[in-house]
Amino acid sequence: MNEYFRKYKNLMMLTVFIGATIIALIPLFGVLGYVVKNGLSALNLQFFVNLPKAMGLPGGGMANAIAGTLIMVLIASALGIPIGILAAIYLTEYDRHSWLSTGVRFATDVLTGIPSIIVGIVIYTAVVLRMGNFSALAGGLSLAVIMIPLIIRSTEEMLKLVSHSIREAGFALGISKAKTILKIVLPTAAKGIITGAMLAVARVAGETAPLLFTALGNQYWSRSLNEPTASLPVQIFQYATSPYKEWHQLAWAGSLVLILMVITLNLVARYAFRSRSI
Amino acid sequence: MSKKRILTTSMGDQTLRLLTLLMAVSVLVLMAWMGWQMFDAARPSIQKFGLSFITNRVWDPVKEQFGALPFIYGTLVTSLLALLLAAPIGLGVAIFLNEMAESKFRAVVGFLVEMLAAIPSVVYGLWGIFVLAPWLRETVEPGLAKWLGFIPLFQGTPVGFGMLAGGLILAVMILPTIAAISREVMAAVPNMQREAALALGATKWEMIRVAVLPYAKSGIMGGIMLGLGRALGETMAVTMVIGNRPDILPSLFAPAYSMAAVIANEFTEATYDLYLSALVEIGLILFGITLVLNFFARLLVWSVARGPKGGNVV
Amino acid sequence: MFRKKGRLLAHVLTAVLMLSFVGCGEKNPGTPTGQGQAETANLTGSGSSFVYPLLNQQIEEYRKGNSNITINYQSSGSGAGIKQVSEQTIDFGATDGPMTDEQLKATKGGQLLHIPLTLGAVAVTYNVPNAPKELKIAPTVLADIFLGKITNWNDQQIANDNPGVSLPDSKITVAHRSDGSGTTYIFSDYLSSISPEWLSKVGKGTSLNWPAGLGGKGNAGVAGVIQQTSGSIGYLELAYAVQNNLPYAMMKNKEGKWVPPSLQTTSAAAAAATIPDDMRVSIVNAPGADAYPIAGFSWALIYKDQTDKAKGTALVNFINWSIHDGQALSEGLHYAKLPASLVSREEEMLKSITFQGEPLIK
Repeated sequence: MNEYFRKYKNLMMLTVFIGATIIALIPLFGVLGYVVKNGLSALNLQFFVNLPKAMGLPGGGMANAIAGTLIMVLIASALGIPIGILAAIYLTEYDRHSWLSTGVRFATDVLTGIPSIIVGIVIYTAVVLRMGNFSALAGGLSLAVIMIPLIIRSTEEMLKLVSHSIREAGFALGISKAKTILKIVLPTAAKGIITGAMLAVARVAGETAPLLFTALGNQYWSRSLNEPTASLPVQIFQYATSPYKEWHQLAWAGSLVLILMVITLNLVARYAFRSRSI
Repeated sequence: MSKKRILTTSMGDQTLRLLTLLMAVSVLVLMAWMGWQMFDAARPSIQKFGLSFITNRVWDPVKEQFGALPFIYGTLVTSLLALLLAAPIGLGVAIFLNEMAESKFRAVVGFLVEMLAAIPSVVYGLWGIFVLAPWLRETVEPGLAKWLGFIPLFQGTPVGFGMLAGGLILAVMILPTIAAISREVMAAVPNMQREAALALGATKWEMIRVAVLPYAKSGIMGGIMLGLGRALGETMAVTMVIGNRPDILPSLFAPAYSMAAVIANEFTEATYDLYLSALVEIGLILFGITLVLNFFARLLVWSVARGPKGGNVV
Repeated sequence: MFRKKGRLLAHVLTAVLMLSFVGCGEKNPGTPTGQGQAETANLTGSGSSFVYPLLNQQIEEYRKGNSNITINYQSSGSGAGIKQVSEQTIDFGATDGPMTDEQLKATKGGQLLHIPLTLGAVAVTYNVPNAPKELKIAPTVLADIFLGKITNWNDQQIANDNPGVSLPDSKITVAHRSDGSGTTYIFSDYLSSISPEWLSKVGKGTSLNWPAGLGGKGNAGVAGVIQQTSGSIGYLELAYAVQNNLPYAMMKNKEGKWVPPSLQTTSAAAAAATIPDDMRVSIVNAPGADAYPIAGFSWALIYKDQTDKAKGTALVNFINWSIHDGQALSEGLHYAKLPASLVSREEEMLKSITFQGEPLIK
């Protein structure tokens, strides 16, 4: 009797998990299908190599916005990923329980709850107003601020899972703590850390609100990092809010490209780091 | 080991320790700085309205009357609804992928679920307007009203645009975070634990419950908290489906408004200083709410973790 | 192994970075050429999303003859445009609602001029089963619907103006913009001018404390709510309603005539209105038999004293072109043309813009 009940319960729970996965995939296909349906027709080579054109003119593209998004996400990653990972290392490897690390964890959680537009406004006041102009640097900086807490949070969770025995093995072999962390602990957790970093990149790549106040946007190529810079989300936003169907289509195509970009980045990161994980 | 080697390694140790400490402290500084900047910008509104800002229900930019209560309410209801839906589903996905699925299938489906995170939120919003809201209005809400209409949550005219739509779309958006992190955490559970449980005659579910979940608990909570942070601060998708009405109504069908949404909606068109500062003060309150929620969540994790020993590594 | 891949990655990223610099090398700001006209200049502007498509096309057209000038205009919202131009992080702003006296005093760079760039009309659009295309909605009825006092389409007051039309017994769902917008400003400006109750209860602004209805984000959001909700009514900028084939209502103007929103009736409103010297004026409910009553200006915001000669000259020349030849692009995009009488007055304003006391154009 009890045996049957246990088996029955087992079966039931397993069905529930399969059900959950199916439910999770429904919106994905719904949303993706919707984007593909609306965006595919406007997608062609010109979209990737041309600058935006005025309404109604054929052949307009978003080349500068694609490059701008890549550059700003790169700046954000260059700042955010190392800072995030290093801070997470401190929290897990050096100081798990002091008031300082509790405070840092707290700060991290609080930072994740700041609406992105507020980050944009603060960077506007602190950077744009002082420098006197909008720039890719300011844009990248605001994205980095959004990224840092996300990276810390996910990296910390992953590092916590690395078994102590692995660390102890390192120490027992006389390897220094720094080396143990960098060569043994980090690689062990690499896959999870990359997953977390990629989620963070995906998150900031689609942000519009903080960029409106920091990078602004640009119809042309930017000549330096210190100029207003185009980005896909801002360009999509401007096209999507316009009255014209042609532009709406471009907005959909832009969304599709943005999604593909994030997916590509994701795949590249996985490929590049695959051999490192144990 | 030579003397030189010892010297360099200890220097390396010191450097890494200091570097990581510096970064950790910089996060504290960042929070303090953001908090201060927001406080500074919100000061006119704080001085003018004081505590009534939180308890007042009227938001009238024309008459310079600002109260944040409806936005706080809308944010809390939609975020909690999203969490209630996404946490079990996300966990279910993670368990399925990690404990049940074949490895090829796992890679593909896992990747698909993570792709949910790659979709820009404005796209979710448009999908919400044209697909989700009509479906809710025509199918889900009348159904809920018919079967569960005795609960105030499910009363009222089905409009489609409202808290239910907002909560659902948020649930979809935070699902990949919860699923991906839970999955990574579970993947890190040593197989020995699973084998031990199975060897004792446990069914698969019992093995998951006894050997995997307790171990992964803290990490799963971390994933859920990350999801909650996203839900609280999410703007674009929510504002497109929530109906944007600063009201406090019990029904999930009713239109409402969220804190992040009102900031993003009105900031770029706000035309006077008090107005701008009231919007920033909403940001500050959101900051505070995140803080309080996280505090309780940590308390919860802590008290749970004190029970059967989990989370700590063998 | 990893290092190789990392290097490859670095190469790809460098290539991407390099790509972003391509095609911009030839423009070198500040190169002395001797002649003011031929000097290169990079201008940045931001603000009103309403004028964005028009300005965008005008800039492209203008650059065909003036390739030395680049003008980057971004639609970040009128409020943001005002804020940014006041703080001098951009060279010019654009707004759908005029700046207040208080705001004008708080600018960093001295006196700001409002120069009308184009005109917008707000269409009242609806989704009612079996309703005709140009339903007639009287001003007070419109106000009462948006005040939440008229709640059903079969209300006698709506029927009075639409003899022969049978409207269904269907609840009215009001849809409005939730994001702050110039469209909302013009619409509420109009309701305030015809309904004392609206003026005292709600008033005018880019965002309001709406007595009734659902808020949609942006034109697309409002249009989405209207299309998805039977029995709904809302307002959109005219171009959006036209482009998306939404039915719109005829409005009764000040002279008592029923007028549909169109480019001509919008221009007529601007031509008939009395416009003060600083151009900060509301043209809702304007006189004139053909005037459509729910219309308003979009203005460029430009400092009277320019601090950079090359930039100032380029800016004034472009705006001057925009209000003259540039207006030819209006109709294709569903914008109303500025009336000729106004253009000559604007030209005078542009001539008053100076660099170190010297006017930039003659």
